[in-house]
Amino acid sequence: MMRLGLIIVVTIVAAALLAPWLLPWDPSFQDLPNRLQGPTWAHWFGLDELGRDILARVLLGARVSLLVGTIVVGVSSVAGMVIGAVSGYYGGRIDQVIGRVMDVLMAFPGMLLAIALVAVLGPSLTNVVLALALIGWVGYARLVRGQVLRAREFEYVVAARALGASTARLLIRHVMPTALPPVMVQATLGMAGAMLSEAALSFLGLGVQPPTPSWGTMINGGRVHLLDAPHLTIFPGLCLAVVVLGFNFLGDGLRDAVDPKK
Amino acid sequence: MSSLRRYADSGTVSDTLLSVDGLTTVFDVAPRPVVAVNDVSFEIRKGETLGLVGESGSGKSVTAFSIIGLLQSPGRIAGGRVLFQGRDLTQLPEPEMRKVRGAGIGFVFQEPMAALNPVMRVGAHIAEALIVHGLASRAEARERAIDLLRAVKITDPGKRVDDYPHQLSGGMRQRVMMAVALACKPQLLIADEPTTALDVTVQAQVLDLLRDMKAQFELSLLLITHDLGVIAETADRVAVMYAGRIVEQGTVRQVFREPAHPYTRGLLASIPGDTAGSRLRAIDGTVPNMASLPAGCSFAPRCAHRMAVCETSFPSQTVVAHDHSVRCYLNGGQP
Repeated sequence: MMRLGLIIVVTIVAAALLAPWLLPWDPSFQDLPNRLQGPTWAHWFGLDELGRDILARVLLGARVSLLVGTIVVGVSSVAGMVIGAVSGYYGGRIDQVIGRVMDVLMAFPGMLLAIALVAVLGPSLTNVVLALALIGWVGYARLVRGQVLRAREFEYVVAARALGASTARLLIRHVMPTALPPVMVQATLGMAGAMLSEAALSFLGLGVQPPTPSWGTMINGGRVHLLDAPHLTIFPGLCLAVVVLGFNFLGDGLRDAVDPKK
Repeated sequence: MSSLRRYADSGTVSDTLLSVDGLTTVFDVAPRPVVAVNDVSFEIRKGETLGLVGESGSGKSVTAFSIIGLLQSPGRIAGGRVLFQGRDLTQLPEPEMRKVRGAGIGFVFQEPMAALNPVMRVGAHIAEALIVHGLASRAEARERAIDLLRAVKITDPGKRVDDYPHQLSGGMRQRVMMAVALACKPQLLIADEPTTALDVTVQAQVLDLLRDMKAQFELSLLLITHDLGVIAETADRVAVMYAGRIVEQGTVRQVFREPAHPYTRGLLASIPGDTAGSRLRAIDGTVPNMASLPAGCSFAPRCAHRMAVCETSFPSQTVVAHDHSVRCYLNGGQP
């Protein structure tokens, strides 16, 4: 399963990176006479409501999706690791304050909070990333806090302290390496979550604005033609499903791989 | 205070490397705080080995951790002073304290496997000590590490420096721990049960090495153990701890020949004798719960010489011979 996940992820990432050279058609060229045309040899995924090539737009949409996923996971995991490490290592009042903030953020359904944030800040790709990172760090912070709580009692951490090592050195050299494997698993699964959330926000019109192609906006655009031209929704939807599945497979596989009990 | 005065006549003050005076360490736990170390005073002179002996939970390790400021919450030092090279370590700000740890006072732990980071090579452990204290660059550190491994008598140090802890035997790991602790040439080495986790044959080798290192690095040593045999072999002076207090201290010769406290006598009597088949003697009763110590002398419930006064207050310290003091009413202690 992990191998399948890896193949899917690598394929999609490669396709997204190489998209400018792979594009079969100009993604903004409108072949209006043939709009809503189904899949043909010339247009594998068919044409959309404005006669644009869906394959080309799906490929460009993958870039948006992966970009959002990568930035969201990058920002929230780094922020989460720093906050979680500080919270777990120092304990006491700092831990209490951070813990309450996390409780508040966890109490909201994440999607609702993201929608509210984007609604306030205004719909744009930057704001989507901001909103998703703002709710995303909590998961990493809780994970890392737990690991750090455990690791700071390790005798080799105490021994390093007895050598005169600074707190920063202890955290980076001795504590964080034990916390990293679960963070990697979480980050992989987080990619799937972030891409799904971006699609959802774009579907609602809160994310990427047309004409920039995004899977969410494409699915939304095909909504009205669901009965007469289902390929408008099926292809971007399928891509999203496959990528999310791929990242989930990969995450599950990683989790098993780093599980010392296996 | 009395301990300071007591030793004043046996050596000049400048001979004293570490002076612990009235150290009291409290753990703030529910329902009421536990006093793990209670009014503990002792001194270590330059080049001297002090053995701190006591049962598990008597406060030996907490004393050591208090000295180098490694107590974790909820533990805290509630009173007393720890004078090291004339500075009170309990008052030192953390950045200054970091300089003392490792460079002034080295620490050897009980479990060498647990005290070495499993994902760091042997050389990296030693290098870390040197780099933390700015004593070597990354490039020099490797050479220094090899030298130190040679000093602690590890064969083929050039190769072992790249090993991971799990590739070493228990004795070798403890030698590595010692190399790490000695890397920055501390004046004082605290060894917390350094041989407890080792095979008996390896124990002797590690103790030998400890003595060698002491001479070679001009170390003073605080040796924490529950093994009186280790004390007899290695220490110059001994302090006996019971339930957070030092009940007797003096030269090893004096304390072993003429133990003044009933607990010390009990400990010495429970060492297996030479005669095979003779019954092992044990001290009756069990170690008191630190959370609910008896009102008077904490050893009173197990003591064969218990008197009425023993159950009301803890006796003061009395000097029974030159450099030999005890806290017991049998020896003239006052309430």
